[in-house]
Amino acid sequence: MATSRKSPTGTPGRRVALDGILVALAMIFSYMETFIPFNFGVPGIKLGLANLVVLLGLTFLPAVDVLLISLVRILLSSLLFGNVMSLWYSLAGGLLSFAAMYLLSRRDDISLIGMSMTGGVLHNVGQVITAAIVVRTLQLAGYLPVLLVAGLVTGAIIGTLAKLLMPRVQKALQSFQ
Amino acid sequence: MKKKDFLIAAAVLLLAGILALVFRFAGGDPGGSVQVKVDGRVAGTYALVEEQRVPFDTKYGHNTLVIEGGKAHIEDADCPDHYCEQQGEISKTGETLVCLPHKLVAEVITGEASDVDVVAK
Ligand SMILES: [Zn+2]
Repeated sequence: MATSRKSPTGTPGRRVALDGILVALAMIFSYMETFIPFNFGVPGIKLGLANLVVLLGLTFLPAVDVLLISLVRILLSSLLFGNVMSLWYSLAGGLLSFAAMYLLSRRDDISLIGMSMTGGVLHNVGQVITAAIVVRTLQLAGYLPVLLVAGLVTGAIIGTLAKLLMPRVQKALQSFQ
Repeated sequence: MKKKDFLIAAAVLLLAGILALVFRFAGGDPGGSVQVKVDGRVAGTYALVEEQRVPFDTKYGHNTLVIEGGKAHIEDADCPDHYCEQQGEISKTGETLVCLPHKLVAEVITGEASDVDVVAK
């Protein structure tokens, strides 16, 4: 874990507090998502509400923190709302989409929506790869077209939400000194 | 949204379209039989012309492969998600039914059904 004292988020205490709040928020989103029926007969398609936290977190926290927040969220939600298998799917999807969104977050010609769409698509790609390994068959690639488009759509929805929430989050951050 | 955002969306849609076309043309011919694999190992091959119900009881759970009217689908699955039952019917080469929790894949292939029936313990 990074122990840099010169965090862009202010004091170490403030940074840890923010990390904690975001983990809690991500857990709430993961829980809410278990109530959203989003069933295409293809495993792995989810709205990805918890991705909101990654998108917003990357704008004001060090990337390490956001990565740790995601990992903790994935571990806890698989433990609470899933099973061992769902942990591997979520990890593959989560890490791949985090890497993509982190790289894109450092560019200023791509908005939160572009980041989120790429994240959504790569999340699904990660899940298909995991599934192909689990059942040891490459035939699962047949689901890629559907999953690519689904990731794009869910990513666009989450990205738009993030964009709408951004001004409020910034306001809240200013009052949270 | 910025210009590059649309570029990302366009690239993904293009890729999805190309893949969909490739998969359509790669398969598409009416198949001869359904090959079922569990854990990546062939568990059995079943002719599509034969009406049959094949139960699979593996260490992961139960699924029944049903072949009716030259098409195959899955019934009676006791997996938690039941996605396999919702994937409809398959009859063309390359089409698959997948039960991820049970690590079971049924794929339509051109070949005939094999005589050796290794399945269904
Ligand atoms: Zn199933």
